[in-house]
Amino acid sequence: MRRGASWFSIAAIGLGLAFLYLPIAILVIYSFNASRLVTVWAGWSTRWYVELFHDQAMLDAAWISLRVGLLSATVATILGTLAALALVRMGRFRGRLLFSGMIYAPLILPEVITGLSLLLLFVAASIDRGFWTIVIAHITLTVGFVTVIVQARLLGFDRSIEEAAMDLGAPPVKTFFTITLPLIAPAVAAGWMLAFALSLDDLVIASFTTGPGATTLPIRIYSEVRLGVKPEINAICTIMVAVVAIGVIAASLLSKLRGEDRPAMPVPGAI
Amino acid sequence: MRTAEANSGRRPKAGGSGGASGSGRLLVRFEAVTKRFSGSAAVERLSLDIHEGEFFALLGPSGCGKTTLLRMLAGFETPDEGRILLDGKDISGVPPYRRPVNMMFQSYALFPHLNVEHNIAFGLKQESLPKAEIAARVKEALALVRLEGLQHRKPHQLSGGQRQRVALARCLVKRPRVLLLDEPLAALDRRLREDTRFELVDLQAKLGLTFIIVTHDQEEAMSLADRIGVMDHGRLVQVATPPEIYEQPNSRWVAQFVGDVNMIEGKVVSAGADGALIDSAVGRLRVKQAGDAKAGDMVAIALRPEKLRISCEQPASEENRIAGQVWDIGYLGDMSVYQVKTDAGVTIKASTANMTRLIERPITWDDRVWLSFDADAGVVLTR
Amino acid sequence: MSTQSGTWRARLVVILPYAWLLAFFLVPFLIVLKISLSQTALAQPPYEPLFDLGAGWQGLKDFIAGLSFENYQRLVTDSLYLDSYLRSLTVAALSTLMLLLAGFPIAYALTRMPRRIQPMLVIMVILPFWTSFLIRVYAWINILQRDGLLNQTLLALGIADEPVAWLASDTAIYIGMVYSYLPFMVLPIYATLEKLDESLLEAAADLGCPPWKAFWLVTIPLALPGVAAGVLLCFIPIVGEFVIPDLLGGSDQLMIGQVMWTEFFSNLDWPAASAVAVVLLCLLIVPIVIYQQMQLRTLEGSR
Repeated sequence: MRRGASWFSIAAIGLGLAFLYLPIAILVIYSFNASRLVTVWAGWSTRWYVELFHDQAMLDAAWISLRVGLLSATVATILGTLAALALVRMGRFRGRLLFSGMIYAPLILPEVITGLSLLLLFVAASIDRGFWTIVIAHITLTVGFVTVIVQARLLGFDRSIEEAAMDLGAPPVKTFFTITLPLIAPAVAAGWMLAFALSLDDLVIASFTTGPGATTLPIRIYSEVRLGVKPEINAICTIMVAVVAIGVIAASLLSKLRGEDRPAMPVPGAI
Repeated sequence: MRTAEANSGRRPKAGGSGGASGSGRLLVRFEAVTKRFSGSAAVERLSLDIHEGEFFALLGPSGCGKTTLLRMLAGFETPDEGRILLDGKDISGVPPYRRPVNMMFQSYALFPHLNVEHNIAFGLKQESLPKAEIAARVKEALALVRLEGLQHRKPHQLSGGQRQRVALARCLVKRPRVLLLDEPLAALDRRLREDTRFELVDLQAKLGLTFIIVTHDQEEAMSLADRIGVMDHGRLVQVATPPEIYEQPNSRWVAQFVGDVNMIEGKVVSAGADGALIDSAVGRLRVKQAGDAKAGDMVAIALRPEKLRISCEQPASEENRIAGQVWDIGYLGDMSVYQVKTDAGVTIKASTANMTRLIERPITWDDRVWLSFDADAGVVLTR
Repeated sequence: MSTQSGTWRARLVVILPYAWLLAFFLVPFLIVLKISLSQTALAQPPYEPLFDLGAGWQGLKDFIAGLSFENYQRLVTDSLYLDSYLRSLTVAALSTLMLLLAGFPIAYALTRMPRRIQPMLVIMVILPFWTSFLIRVYAWINILQRDGLLNQTLLALGIADEPVAWLASDTAIYIGMVYSYLPFMVLPIYATLEKLDESLLEAAADLGCPPWKAFWLVTIPLALPGVAAGVLLCFIPIVGEFVIPDLLGGSDQLMIGQVMWTEFFSNLDWPAASAVAVVLLCLLIVPIVIYQQMQLRTLEGSR
């Protein structure tokens, strides 16, 4: 069979990538537009970035989003890694079916349902909504993503490596930290990155679980966007795209340097 | 059969303690051990004693429970019934990381993120030994398996044979009471496998350690072990030295599993001190090794192909003489295997060493030939 | 591992995530279910009856007596809800079909590219998924608005005489859906096609099968698990989608996610919003379970 790239393949991929990147490229270009009118090109300028850095509300929102993201991604990574270990290494424990169901469901459940149910929980438990409720909600949302990524990695390596460590005298906990964790580290890191990105991205669940003084960046952007296109929004979006692009490219270069066989670029369903 | 020859050529080990089978101190004892996996028994009421300094092989087809037995000794599986004693103590409750037993895994299970040196040192670090001692013992182990100079390589930078030696060194450096080897040579190619076999035997003799090896390869078991335990369906079928297993199998199953064999079914006419007379499809045969066969028993005569003579002339003696026609010839280089269809319709294999360069065969397809064997060449099997 | 699972530390591995998910995933659903059976009240929280643990047995009886199916009755009788459910399912089905038609060729083409550059191309397909959903939808507003780039281009080329109202239309919704969910369709299909043994196609050719027929008889059937995963991965979230129809769609016809949002945030009718959520979950439970079974099989069947 011919393995070369046919005109069809090149056209399909070219069109697909153009479709995926053109809107973002336009957005990036227009963020440097000197005109306030989004549609009129008036030369290059960085004025919207300067204005952005004077927009205190936007900066506050970014800071909150960053903190929510760091905190929720870290906790979700710990819980998700534990859950992956439980699913892969613990065999058939009681309630396993319910457990795996609760792990996988948030991956595809419409966010409006998850958001509403969490909000009603916080109300019923009379927990004041704000920063911490968003963190809890984002942990719940992202645990499953981490689990799936780490689980795939755990299933991918030879179980007898852990047995060998125990055979050579390392107790289970020590085996985990000296052997298992270094081996699944790329997946754990990728899981953390994904959890962080999802947390930064989330609008719907954050809207339900937020409270006074806890406006995240997507909530802020959304309220601006509803009023129409603004060049400052183009600017903040460009910054976010740049951060993500740099992060992902750095991660994939790193995994290439470490000689990983496949890039640590997880997306649900692609594992 | 070359394996038998290879083994008979093996020198008896020096010193009294690690010598012949069963003479050492009792080290490992399986007592009526049973292990079930989801209902079906992988090991069933199995009892076995292994002595200090012994090289013991567990031989059997895949799924016979031999690896499960090994994993129970290492501590990765717990027996459902029975006990396992090491040095006279029940080790059932001892987790794998506290057992003075080490295992070389079939996949080698080298830690991919650690280099050779750290792989070998791993077990010693768990004992919290002083750094200097660890370094010294690692160096010693590297020399033992001839891997000096490679200590900074990662496992994926090693060849298959080198990986195997790292796995071995990693276990040996712990100075285990028993070293367990799970198909240690399976991942190597044929030439390397044969060389490594002799190295393993040398190492074991030099160190005086107790080795238990699991293998499905009978040649491997015969050339390595002092004693072989043949397993089938979770039970030990026969435990004996390699020559005994080969020359005196105790059942049809063992005879057929180990080496090539002709099975001639028949009925015992008479049995006495000088053997048994058996009526078979190819006539009345006399076999000295009759075991507990009695007149009237339905038995099988196990005859190794290399113990049959084949000739174009009729042998003088009438005893154990079978007439037939050459049906097929397998030329193997060092020997030839003749498939002879007897006049009674039974196919019997006979092999001869090719001592001269046979360009023109004395015996060829469709020739009328005579097969004959000595009375002590075969063995009567009742089971 | 028998020697491991006995210790309390090993149990903690299960208990920590389990407890978290019970508390913040399962319990909230039970609360939603309960509130969907309650009635709106001008109070805080805005529903009744409230379950008072202090009132004991009598409290429980009062509580149960106070529950009603009124919210559900309203869902059936008020055509607003039925229309929204129907519309959500239609939009999701059509979007998924379009995604499949766009995604399969891309996934297939990826596997035909030289091995060396495949990982890089896959990363390029995934990259947009990592950028904010909101940004990606917003990017289209830039393009689709009345004086946006699309209309400017069409007018300049003389294809259109006057600006077309792209925004606030179904077209915009479908563009947004396909754009946002494309990686979710491409990647599962690519993952399955990539594992496809090249020699199967060679065998088909050897047995007298022309390439197009081999594609139909070998490639497509073997890609089906990936297609199914992609379809579910797109269909299920799209049914409950809020951001895309809210920002790109019109206000005359609402998808069910928007209905829930307005019931909740604008009308403050929490019981109605809960009932909408419960019914939505019931609609989606079958595809969700199928998806989970597939996840379990791919992740655990390989053992």
